[in-house]
Amino acid sequence: MSQKVLLNAKEVNIILHRLACQLIENHKDFTNTVLIGIQPRGKFLANRLITLLKEDYKIKNLQSGQLDITFYRDDFRRSDKPLEANATEMNCVVEDKKVVFIDDVLYTGRSIRAALTAIQSFGRPNEIELLTLIDRRFSRHLPIQPDYRGRQVDAINKEKVKVNWVENEGEDAVYLINS
Amino acid sequence: MSELSVNHLLGIKYLNKQDIQLIFETADHFKEVINRPIKKVPSLRDITIANLFFENSTRTKLSFELAEKRLSADVINFSAAQSSVKKGETLIDTVNNILSMKVDMVVMRHPNPGAGVFLSKHVNASIINAGDGAHEHPTQALLDSYSIRERFGEVKGKNVVIVGDILHSRVALSNIFALQLQGANVMVCGPKTLIPKYIDKLGVKVETNLRKALNWCDVANMLRVQNERMDVSYFPSTREYAQQFGVDKALLNSLDKEITIMHPGPINRGVEITSDVADSKQAIILDQVQNGVAIRMAVIYLLASKIKQ
Repeated sequence: MSQKVLLNAKEVNIILHRLACQLIENHKDFTNTVLIGIQPRGKFLANRLITLLKEDYKIKNLQSGQLDITFYRDDFRRSDKPLEANATEMNCVVEDKKVVFIDDVLYTGRSIRAALTAIQSFGRPNEIELLTLIDRRFSRHLPIQPDYRGRQVDAINKEKVKVNWVENEGEDAVYLINS
Repeated sequence: MSELSVNHLLGIKYLNKQDIQLIFETADHFKEVINRPIKKVPSLRDITIANLFFENSTRTKLSFELAEKRLSADVINFSAAQSSVKKGETLIDTVNNILSMKVDMVVMRHPNPGAGVFLSKHVNASIINAGDGAHEHPTQALLDSYSIRERFGEVKGKNVVIVGDILHSRVALSNIFALQLQGANVMVCGPKTLIPKYIDKLGVKVETNLRKALNWCDVANMLRVQNERMDVSYFPSTREYAQQFGVDKALLNSLDKEITIMHPGPINRGVEITSDVADSKQAIILDQVQNGVAIRMAVIYLLASKIKQ
């Protein structure tokens, strides 16, 4: 197994600031916006962006949530590993809001497909956008593209992209792992 | 650990501690789901479940059916009263006929103890026991423990007394197994005639004085007197039973501490508990009913995930 650093902590930090600014450009003061981290890995990126927006860019009254998509996945009984659910925390209204899905890696697009179904249980958003830190292009199974992307990566299927966060793995970094 | 150790839910005695933990954690997620504006997830859209009720049931049947529908499974219902069982068909034939219509899972209530175990050995489907005679009623015991966990944070170390007709109760037996597996202390209390002779062999305390039992416990699970299963008189009169083993508000108020009251339903108001107890804040009877749907969704989801395509 070999691994290559795609992004180091400094680069991750620059990208997070850029993504935060792009969000501000489109969502102004965020009164009509809900930021939703996709469980399990998207919540780290979402929490980081929320902290940045609040502390560095003084955005107040940010609405956010965490969405678990386990029960909406299309590989129930099809994958070798049993699917494990995570907590959903949706304490805000998404009806008629602009929703931004936030996930760390966009790969086949199937998670986002599941998230699009899952969010309907909480209401009908006015529009939904997608923000991902890593966009693995050329590996999509579905016609889904991000509206905000941190870095585009060309990786072949047997390679894995791993995003590490200080709060979980002790460092900010993105690796390309070749197994 | 994210998979059950069993392929059927036939009784609590076939489960281990980790299974119960996994069911509870999964039920936590489903409890959040059933409190959403849209209370349905598409997980089981390619699973068909047959509810076979060879014995009357209202709330268990409704609860299972709701759980199945909230998971998007296709559901067929069968009651023995309107079926070919009356024409002399055997259990295996009845079930195999239903399974040949491509059913993946069977939820069954049957008057004979061991009916679920018997069926699981002879047919090719996942079986959930929804009550078999006076043997086990595993989903009821799971939802009872889940409700205790919700109220107190954990089941371990809690003192639970099961009051009433222990002899005819599948709820009592499943509860004893489930509570002991999780480290709770269990006592049974009732008229001597309604307590099975060798129940102390299961490691439970036996008490015939209700006041003593209530003073000992954190939770009292009040069972219904099952008149329909009694072929002889086990106590002189309902009135006398209510006086000795019924809980009223005055009795609750006279205890040293505030205890929690549970009841698996249906309640005979004025017999095992009075109305003011059933409707008080100490009673978590309606929480039990809501938790029943979440627990059954968790059990069905976890068993269905083991049915390979």
